[in-house]
Amino acid sequence: MELKKIALNDVHEALGAKMVPFAGYNMPVRYSSDIEEHNAVRNAVGIFDVSHMGEFMVRGPQALDLIQRVTSNDAAKLADNKVQYSCLPNEEGGIVDDLLVYRLSAEEYMLVVNASNIDKDWNWISKYNTAGAELENISDELSLFAVQGPKAAEILQPLTSIDLASMAYYTFAKGPFAGVADVIVSATGYTGAGGFEIYVKNEDAGKVFNAIMEAGKAAGIKPIGLGARDTLRLEMGFCLYGNDINDDTSPLEAGLGWITKFDKDFTNAGKLKAQKEAGVNRKLIGFEMVDRAIPRAHYEIVDAEGAKIGEVTSGTQSPTLGKGIGLGYVTTAYSKPGSEIFVRVRNKDMKARVVKLPFVKK
Amino acid sequence: MNLPENLKYTKDHEWIRVEGDIAYVGITDFAQSELGDIVYVDIDTVDKQVAQNDVFGTVEAVKTVSDLFSPLSGTVLEFNEKLESSPELVNSDAYGDGWIIRMSIDNTAEIDELLSADDYREVIGQ
Repeated sequence: MELKKIALNDVHEALGAKMVPFAGYNMPVRYSSDIEEHNAVRNAVGIFDVSHMGEFMVRGPQALDLIQRVTSNDAAKLADNKVQYSCLPNEEGGIVDDLLVYRLSAEEYMLVVNASNIDKDWNWISKYNTAGAELENISDELSLFAVQGPKAAEILQPLTSIDLASMAYYTFAKGPFAGVADVIVSATGYTGAGGFEIYVKNEDAGKVFNAIMEAGKAAGIKPIGLGARDTLRLEMGFCLYGNDINDDTSPLEAGLGWITKFDKDFTNAGKLKAQKEAGVNRKLIGFEMVDRAIPRAHYEIVDAEGAKIGEVTSGTQSPTLGKGIGLGYVTTAYSKPGSEIFVRVRNKDMKARVVKLPFVKK
Repeated sequence: MNLPENLKYTKDHEWIRVEGDIAYVGITDFAQSELGDIVYVDIDTVDKQVAQNDVFGTVEAVKTVSDLFSPLSGTVLEFNEKLESSPELVNSDAYGDGWIIRMSIDNTAEIDELLSADDYREVIGQ
């Protein structure tokens, strides 16, 4: 399959990005150094082009019913200009995808999904759209920039009349931005560093990207690749679809009970409720290495005797903490913070400790 | 791409500096730039005999883990201790302070099989 290109592909190449295939797109993985980019976001500000993400519009009188039916969180709790993290449970106990739900009005919503799952999600949601909500896939028309870091609001404010400093986490506003009308500016992001996500039409992407780079110059803004995006989200303990959650992991096992609301009906709610009452057999945990080693996805997690108790789903050397951190599933008996576990690294069992998430406290 | 003429290379992106019957081994400037920030170099073969192409250790970048293959047969005499606390030397000084191991050379005929700078340049298409 030919790699798809995001609107600003050539801009990233000109900035010196190393481009790699990711979820079917040619994406910038790194511009200078993963660690420098990571630190720029934690300490100042950086911009990610995450235009590979998918966006679906759901409109009409049936829109909310459809969203309630396919997602686990309670979208009825949303007010206009609010965002909700949610997931699409499948019929077998796993997760089709995790997503953001934006309420533009009572009859207009935007769903933001993972690039690797655009077709899968589209087909899944369409299958349940029996009441005829209006569905539109606008993934190929929109660019998405995440401007993240403690200086994000200060550098972006001159570009818009939206009062950025007063925006609460998980809210958004639609307004003029860098001379472009009707831009969605959302106080969200997957880094734990604070900041905004900015949705613009592809034809305005270059103008908006350049304006942000210019506005951030004095603050030392850097373009950030997917490499640092992964270490930043992992330091916060955020799940990545395909690693930590997938078609076979239950939202309850994944620690997503807080977005699984049984006071409404949704796909597979009955079985998930039964699982909640019975208790899960395995749980997604965060752990820090005690011995010097770097955990990686698919490494085995074992007990002190070397018996397998689980598997790593994401791991890296934390740039902020300077040690190995990871997420993984373990049998419930080993899931309490403080539990001693071992990660099998190249046939050696290296000591680790279960910790409370996030790894890096704000 | 920086490829010193006095070094030998392998298709696995290692460089070898022969000094008499001893060789210094590291990874090339091309390799370090492809891997990105090196955060850990794990060598568990010090004082061990390795055959040509055996794995003698691992280099870990932020996102990736890569095996290191011995370019020659011999005994691993020393691991560059500076890399314990400063693995980033592999990035900043790949051919100098970023050397990884020092090894003895069992069979000098194997040296002739190694790549020249020009041969290696062709391997990486530069």
